Parts: sequence; structure tokens; C-alpha cells
Amino acid sequence: MSTNGHIARDESTFTTKAGLAEMLKGGVIMDVVTPEQARIAEAAGAAAVMALERVPADIRRDGGVARMSDPEMIKGIQEAVSIPVMAKARIGHFAEAQVLEALEVDYIDESEVLTPADTANHIDKWAFKAPFVCGATNLGEALRRIGEGAAMIRSKGEAGTGDIVNAVTHLRKIRSEIRWLTVLGPEELASAAKELQAPLPLVRQVAADGKLPVVLFCAGGIATPADASLVMQLGAEGVFVGSGIFKSSNPEQRARAIVEATTHYADPERVAAASTGLGAAMESIETSKLGAEQLLSPRGW
Amino acid sequence: MSAEASASQRTVSGPPLVGVLALQGDFEAHERMLHAIGVRTRQVRVPADLDGLDALVLPGGESTVMSLGVAREGLAEPLRALAARGLPMFGTCAGMIMLDREHLGILDVVAERNAFGRQLHSFEASFELDGVPGGPVHAIFIRAPWISEYGPGVSVLAAVDGHPVAVRQGRVLALSFHPELTGEERLHRFFLSLAGLLPEPAKED
Repeated sequence: MSTNGHIARDESTFTTKAGLAEMLKGGVIMDVVTPEQARIAEAAGAAAVMALERVPADIRRDGGVARMSDPEMIKGIQEAVSIPVMAKARIGHFAEAQVLEALEVDYIDESEVLTPADTANHIDKWAFKAPFVCGATNLGEALRRIGEGAAMIRSKGEAGTGDIVNAVTHLRKIRSEIRWLTVLGPEELASAAKELQAPLPLVRQVAADGKLPVVLFCAGGIATPADASLVMQLGAEGVFVGSGIFKSSNPEQRARAIVEATTHYADPERVAAASTGLGAAMESIETSKLGAEQLLSPRGW
Repeated sequence: MSAEASASQRTVSGPPLVGVLALQGDFEAHERMLHAIGVRTRQVRVPADLDGLDALVLPGGESTVMSLGVAREGLAEPLRALAARGLPMFGTCAGMIMLDREHLGILDVVAERNAFGRQLHSFEASFELDGVPGGPVHAIFIRAPWISEYGPGVSVLAAVDGHPVAVRQGRVLALSFHPELTGEERLHRFFLSLAGLLPEPAKED
């Protein structure tokens, strides 16, 4: 054996932060509100769970200010499962993020699903050892979040609706803006950065690589195995399912089915098999019928 | 050794074909590494995908998800049969866990999950690895396992603070860390060399 002595460790680098998102790829991250739900999610094949007090559909229904979850609830979920546990902080609420880091959650979601705490600034995510995932509706928003230190991006969609339309819109927007950058000349990238309101070095990097510098998941409205297949075929590298599982009539079976459809997203026969006999999907809301003040995805700057 | 010899008798010419278990995790990163070295890859999701492989990679990811996927797809028995016939296998992180006694039982080791702690304790480090020349290997550990027990047929190639993080048993190699994420080609080359599959260095695409 070559190495018996103490080895210097460099903890919580950007590489380890972005690396955990690489490990989650091809997986399903499920919202859970109790340790029991977390165990069901893990047994059904969740790659991680998002611990929160209310799923987005209930936040939408109840109204009021939605905040970070009670630490006791988060700890209960951490003790219940061995997979990564994520939790949400309000946009700009760095003290909530500090609490979540002190709890050693594996990923912090600076989330538009909660009520924003700052109308101009997001959290300085470079100041944290814990990695952050942030939502985006377009490439500029994704690159601003990465510039602030986010190690993973999720397209926002419209949480708590069960309507996939905004998830598709946002994912397509991000992907098509990436393709647009790849065909620009080097002298055009500064202007593109200005148009996207994104940092130029990241714009250059995306133009060269043809992809985001971090993993891109899809969130907001996924309710069925076919929804998961759709967004994976549109270029998502994994999915978040919020209300879609535990607001359905048979959460355990639906969770397994969405996991299976995410793995076999390109095989319609497998997606068909996974879609069969699942019972009722979550009670859904057509996003286009929501008033502007009811939309969550415009939150974020 | 005769089982290993028979498995290494490739009947198809051209670059070797390495399967990458693609139920979940960073399988595409492994494929990029293998393509850069000049071998072909195939994503493995169902037993039929295992036909005609020269080696198999079990990637990083979540081992609970992979275990459930292996059970759902009926992959456990075919994988054990291929291992018994000497198919070279390479597991990283969750892949190491999948190979251990408590999962597929292909490696005579016990891998302790999340042994280094939660994500806040994920880390990078550099160290020498037996059999890999060219100086220290730079390694990234993400909620990584270590080997807590191993049998007499297992060689420990590297350890961190006394805990084995790289082990070899015949033509099966397992690492707690992720060379596929750091662009460190030497570990994939080391595996292909153990497997007798390393393409000629002069190869150009």
C-alpha cells in the first residue's frame, strides 16, 4: 500500500459541489414532508429527497409567507434516509442558508417556491461550504446563478401545478439559447452576454462547450412518467418531482414509475409500462389560468 | 486463471467494447473518458445490453437507486455470471458499493457507505496509487465509501487515513473516488491494462 500517512484534504471545493450533482444525474429528486415519506421515496428509487414543510401545491393553496422548514423536521428526514437530503432557503435569505449548512444538508435550494426575502439580490453562494441548486427560466438567469456560486441548475417550470408547460418552455429556452451561443463568433459574445445579462466568462465557456458548466435538472409541473420522459428527451439531466408524487392517489407506485421512466426515457415501451395503472395524478392547475401574481417562476432576478 | 483467459479471447476485431451501467449516475463521464482513450462504449440498462462486452464499468451515483434498478431489470444474476466468467469490471464510488459482498458479491470486500460523512465533508486529495506510475493521483471523493473489510484475495492499492479507497481483486478494480470527473485518464488506462484491453498508444481517431 502506498499511502498510510495522513493525507491533506481540500473540503467543499466547487468540484465536490458540482460533483454531487453529477452523481444525481439520471435520477429523480422527490419532495417529502415527513420521515415516512422520505423512506417511501428512498425505497422507490429517489436519488435524493427535498425536505420541506409543505409541498408547492399546498403552499400555493394556503398562501401566506413560505419559509425554510423547521430544523427538527429536516433532522428527522436526515435520520430516516441514507440518500442526500436537500432543503430550501428563501431567495436572498442567507441566514436561512447558514442554518441549513449548520444542519449539514447535502444541497441547499435557493427557491422561488418560498417567499423571496430580498427583491434585488440572491445569496452569495461562494460564501458557503454547502452546494446550492437554483432555478432558472432562461440561460441568462442560469448563468447569473452560477456566477453567484450555484453548483447545479434546475429549470423552474411552475411548481405545484402539475402542468408541464412552463417546464418545457424554460428547458427549451435554456437549451436553444445555449445552441445560439455556439454559433456566434468570439467578437459577438460580449454583446450576447449583455443581452443575456450574464457574466462574459461564463458566456464564453458555454459557447465553447455547448452546455452549461453545471448539471441541469428540470423541475416544476412533472406529474407523470411521460412528463419525465418528455423533459429528459428535451435535454434535462434528471428531474425534480415536487407535489407530483405525494399528492397523487398512489405515491409509492407513482414514485417507482417516474424513476423507471427517467432511466428508460428514450424507450416508449418502458415508459408505457411504467405509466400503466397508476391511479389518479395530483390535482392539477392549468398554468395559463393563473394570474400573474400567482406565478412563482418570475421570482428571481 | 482459465476463466479469465477465456473471457479475454475477443472474437470481434476493432476497438474493445466496454459496457457502462446506465441506470443512474455519472455514466456519461465514464464514456467520455473511455472514448478519449479509444475504446467503444455501450450503455447498459437491461440484460440484453450485456451481450458481447469486453468489460463493464459501474459508475458513480446513488447506490440505493442502482440496487433497485439492478433488481427491477433482473441484472444481478447476469452480472454475477459474467463476473464468474472473468469479465473485467471497474466500479467507482457507488459502483464500488455495488460490487461488494452485500450487493452483487463480486468483490470480496465490504464497502461502508458515506463513510467520510455528508456532502460538507466531500473532498479532493492527492496520493500515490500502487500500479499507477506518473506521480500522485488527484482524486475527488463525494459522500464517498471506504472499504471496512476485505478478504485475502484483495489487494489494497491506496488508502486515506488508513481506510482503503482503491482495491483490486484479479481483474476487478474498485475506487472510492471519481477519476471520471477529474479527467484523470490513468485509472481508466490502468483498468483497461488489467483487462488486457488497452488500445495501442499510437491510435488516433
